Amino acid sequence: MREGQADPGLYDFRPYRDRAKIQWPGGKTVAVWVSPNIEFYELDPPANPHRKSWAKPHPDVVGYAHRDYGNRVGHYRLAEVMERHGFKGSVSLSVAMCQHCPEIIDQVNALGWEFFSHGVYNTRYSYGMDEAQERALIEDAIKTVQDATGQAIKGWLAPALTHTPRTLDLIAEYGLTYTCDLYHDDQPGPVHVANGKLISMPYSLEVNDHYGFSVYNMSPRKYADTLISQYDRLAAEGAQSGTVMCIPLHAYLIGQPHRIGPFEEVLRHIAADGRAWITRSGDIADHFMAHDYYAAGRDAARYMVEAR
Amino acid sequence: MTLDPAYLTYPKRAKGMDHDLYPWRSLFDRPPVAWPDGKSVATWMMVSLEWFPILPSDTPFRAPGHMQTAYPDYRHYTARDYGTRVGFYRLLDAFAKVGAKVSVAVNAAIAERYPSIIHDIVAEGHEIIAHSSDMNGTIASGMDEVAERDLIARSLDTLEKVSGTRPRGWHSIARSQSFNTPRLLIEAGVDYMCDWVNDELPYRFHTQAGSLINLPLNHELADRQILVTQQHSIDSYAQQIGDAHDWLTVEAAQFGGRMLPLHLTPYIMGLPYRIGAFERLLADLAMRNGNLFARGDQIVDAAAIS
Repeated sequence: MREGQADPGLYDFRPYRDRAKIQWPGGKTVAVWVSPNIEFYELDPPANPHRKSWAKPHPDVVGYAHRDYGNRVGHYRLAEVMERHGFKGSVSLSVAMCQHCPEIIDQVNALGWEFFSHGVYNTRYSYGMDEAQERALIEDAIKTVQDATGQAIKGWLAPALTHTPRTLDLIAEYGLTYTCDLYHDDQPGPVHVANGKLISMPYSLEVNDHYGFSVYNMSPRKYADTLISQYDRLAAEGAQSGTVMCIPLHAYLIGQPHRIGPFEEVLRHIAADGRAWITRSGDIADHFMAHDYYAAGRDAARYMVEAR
Repeated sequence: MTLDPAYLTYPKRAKGMDHDLYPWRSLFDRPPVAWPDGKSVATWMMVSLEWFPILPSDTPFRAPGHMQTAYPDYRHYTARDYGTRVGFYRLLDAFAKVGAKVSVAVNAAIAERYPSIIHDIVAEGHEIIAHSSDMNGTIASGMDEVAERDLIARSLDTLEKVSGTRPRGWHSIARSQSFNTPRLLIEAGVDYMCDWVNDELPYRFHTQAGSLINLPLNHELADRQILVTQQHSIDSYAQQIGDAHDWLTVEAAQFGGRMLPLHLTPYIMGLPYRIGAFERLLADLAMRNGNLFARGDQIVDAAAIS
């Protein structure tokens, strides 16, 4: 990024109505990926000078226990309904889960889920790290997931969405191909980095279950209706454009007994519709890199006189 | 900019939890629990019965539902009292209509001020769980250990004196504990606490002084969360609880008895425009073959967690 400037220069301007079409495999119109955040929050984490971990003095019983519920209870419900309807997860992973809870990592690895990095713990933030520290974090994530699962991670979602100005350059340098931290589009697109190639992968805050339940205060059925509306629209528009829909989830929220039933109806709807390429984030990134990356650059070139 | 190197060291990064309070264990990998009469879902209702002094304390923090305006806050003092005088009796009647026995988490101040309420609770077969002194009796780390020990003892002693039975259970205000609380509860003879929301069945919790049971009281299903924080309607609340019961009933067939905790607040659920829908919800649950209404102590005993 252009550190210290008003426009961080993350990507080029490229309006939605004037783009090369993305052709998803099998003639599908929308690439759908489900992203369970499998996280570990520490009971008594050290303080980061730029952000507080817990609202209350440690132990923050409800804050901590609610997250722990995700791993003890909610995760298994979510994994079961996803498997029942043919959805493989793309996991936003607190990589320390590989040490704390290998049972869950092994289970979903065997199901064919993909892992990408969401930091070591969701209570350790990148704010304030120097370059050596941030490299250590990225190297830790790559090695930990490789050792535990045999997978080379391709993507990054910053721990608790905490970044530094150099994060995107560094993950590209280490060979990662996508970031889930940018929310400017319903399609993937090139991201400017110092060296290598990096794309943005549409994740979502707006239809994230955290926003749905904790920010917008939706009922479980309202959240399910919201996801279906999001899907129906992106599937329809994708016939002209080729869209991506991400469903970002947290088992401590969606795995609650009053929510998982309505959510299962969303997966049933999408699986039955026929227009969805139900896939994983890494597969979307591979496809875009192979077929669409340079076309997106050519689209952007027509607007180079406008602000980038 | 740089961070203290300790920020990138992880001394507790190892298998299991990052503490010794309880081991990690999936809900779906335990010996199945069998409820009495082969029931599938134990619906555990827990009412918080609380007294809010009109002079609020912020040490260590101000309790949810406490005074909000400049002194004197007649608005919140009396609206909370409404729950105790009126709403709670609507709830007792609603429980009686379906024959449900429930747990009531009671501030010791309620027993001191209104012993007749304690007698009504006991006479109708409900369980009393200790719930601190009054709504200024909050707990958090930083609280003096002697003061916390005294708070717990006074609550238990007062409720025992007025009700005739020493409470076996404890519920902290806002579920907030210090690192000392579980040990102090064990030392005070408490069998189980209802503060940690990380599970859907009782499980064993360890301290240096021995162990006790944690009976998880799901805060996401609380009337405060759904009706006040999320501002859903009572009809939506009833639908959500019905959906939860449906899901747990299916799960119970494969994994053993399940628990549905309903945390209720007299000044929230006991309002005239809500109580009818709540009564219809209870009637719906009561008609389900697999449903069992149970008190917290009955659930702890039936689950027989070793």
